Amino acid sequence: MSKSLFARNPSVLIFLACLALFTLGVTALSEALGTGLISTSFVKTLGKTLCLCLIAIAMDLVWGYTGILSLGHFAFFGLGGYMIGMWLMYERTRDIIVTSMANNDIPPTPQEVTDAIGNQIFGVVGSSDFPVIWAFSHSLTLQLVLVVAVPGLLALVFGWLAFRSRVTGVYLSILTQAMTLALALFLFQNDSGLRGNNGLSGLQNLPGLDAVPQATVSLWFLWASALALGLGYLFAAWVVSGKFGSVLRGIRDDEARVRFLGYSVETYKLFIFTVTAIIAGIAGALYYPQAGIINPAEIAPIASIYLAVWVAIGGRGRLYGAVIGAAFVSLVSTWFTGGQVPSIPLGFYTIDWVDWWLVLLGLSFVLVTLFAPRGIGGLFDYWTNGRPPNRHGQDLGPGAGALQEKEADA
Amino acid sequence: MSTLLEVSGVSVTFDGFRAINNLSFQIGKAEMRAIIGPNGAGKTTFMDIVTGKTRPDEGRVIWGDKSVSLLKMSEAQIARAGVGRKFQRPTVFEDQSVFDNLLLALKKDRNPFSVLFYKRGPSDTEKVHTLAEQIGLTDHLPRKSGELSHGQKQWLEIGMLLAQEPQLLLVDEPAAGMTPEEREHTTSILVEAAKTRAVVVVEHDMEFVRRLNCKVTVLHEGSVLAEGSLDHVTSNQEVIDVYLGR
Repeated sequence: MSKSLFARNPSVLIFLACLALFTLGVTALSEALGTGLISTSFVKTLGKTLCLCLIAIAMDLVWGYTGILSLGHFAFFGLGGYMIGMWLMYERTRDIIVTSMANNDIPPTPQEVTDAIGNQIFGVVGSSDFPVIWAFSHSLTLQLVLVVAVPGLLALVFGWLAFRSRVTGVYLSILTQAMTLALALFLFQNDSGLRGNNGLSGLQNLPGLDAVPQATVSLWFLWASALALGLGYLFAAWVVSGKFGSVLRGIRDDEARVRFLGYSVETYKLFIFTVTAIIAGIAGALYYPQAGIINPAEIAPIASIYLAVWVAIGGRGRLYGAVIGAAFVSLVSTWFTGGQVPSIPLGFYTIDWVDWWLVLLGLSFVLVTLFAPRGIGGLFDYWTNGRPPNRHGQDLGPGAGALQEKEADA
Repeated sequence: MSTLLEVSGVSVTFDGFRAINNLSFQIGKAEMRAIIGPNGAGKTTFMDIVTGKTRPDEGRVIWGDKSVSLLKMSEAQIARAGVGRKFQRPTVFEDQSVFDNLLLALKKDRNPFSVLFYKRGPSDTEKVHTLAEQIGLTDHLPRKSGELSHGQKQWLEIGMLLAQEPQLLLVDEPAAGMTPEEREHTTSILVEAAKTRAVVVVEHDMEFVRRLNCKVTVLHEGSVLAEGSLDHVTSNQEVIDVYLGR
């Protein structure tokens, strides 16, 4: 009875194989190591897409499996990006400063170097002192710890407060929106310590690796993102396949029943909320070095809503659905908003897809929700096991004398 | 006979409506008890209080040998202490197989980390099969529980309760919507369970209560109106007036 994870979930192996093939394919067609058919900027787009797939898996765990419609997971994604961005920006600025100061007649003191870096980074917001939160920015190891720790802690505290008060459903969604909005507004301030609306930039340049062309760096990040996505998928599949997944789905379908079975529902929710926030943080830390810039607009409430839309369109409650949704919608979105789609002249009005894309996305979200609640991933059911019968409202018992559900309600 | 659960002087008010009024109730360790009463008598609210869903305004709920108060515990803690509850409508996890439903309910460590690293051993599989046999669902173990008939869902839920190995079973209208044969089966499951633990059955159906052949508590307007054998309470004039006579 106790088969391995792969035997119970053949889709995991299929997914990992597809991911490996995809990564190899892109590598073979890249400018750095292959034929050059895929431009470096498109390699970056694909790498970023893999990161979005990873956060979509996190969203699927928390929403599709546990039923918590969190509309704030992009806050954790952004925080992960900020944490890695601080090190990238500090270290690269330091490299530049040290190089330029090397020509001075008197070698600079460490204090002078630090001041110069501070001036360079924070001059744009009218400051030159390092805020307290930059205390660890000189250390890659510590900032990598923060990539995990900061989103994790925020989720832990927020989740503890929210779940302990038994906030559920739409109220929790609103609360998570408020959280991400508050965080975005805070970061927009110049004295937030993270350069206000300028955000952190130049993140695509890896410190000390100026000699390596971006074409190669973009591949490294593609591989790292693919690895993270693969591991994240494996982890998520492991979490949901066992008894823990059984509890999570139980919470989604009937929270009170799980509670009366003796499971502390709040602890489980807090656990999954925090774990997914950490996954989101890691995804963000891989995404923003590829994007090159992060600013507070990235964690605006709408970003987290998009995330929910991806997962809904892809098919929630199945991991590959989330991945398909995120990849499909974000790539199509890139295509539409990139201005490459021909406009449709209607004579009296011209449909310009850059403007109309959101309408199309909104419409497809509504249509998917109404007519295909299983999303794109649901298409796979047609060739695996078909649909389970819907028995609601049928005879209650096997015998002819059995009551109907309506009567039993009375 | 020692007391397992003692509820004394409990009152609850919802928006000025006194749902439970100075209710006192006790049950022994291996006892079957039926609670009857007209709609709104406070039967479900009584269960809510014992299982921690509703906090009473006053009164005490004392549990077990160590006489701990249930009022300070959460629903999950009360469930782990040994109180199992079956809801009026069958509530099973319809998206999961009968096997998984039972496995979920098995008495095990409920801590998230031990659940995450849980590996099913042969003894647990054995337990699930024994339970399935008890409730007559052996053939349906791999099916999704949403596909089961109403009666089968009721049994599955009772099976999940038994899997928790509770000392007290609270069962809300177990026979609603069942055929006579199904009722027979349900009765035998409950009577069997009551040999080793306390079972409280809330039921409307007098015929079903008669078959349980146990002590009966009649609730009316949130307090106990009469208690004793079914024949005893049904001959009580007050009971006839408020309940049976209508």
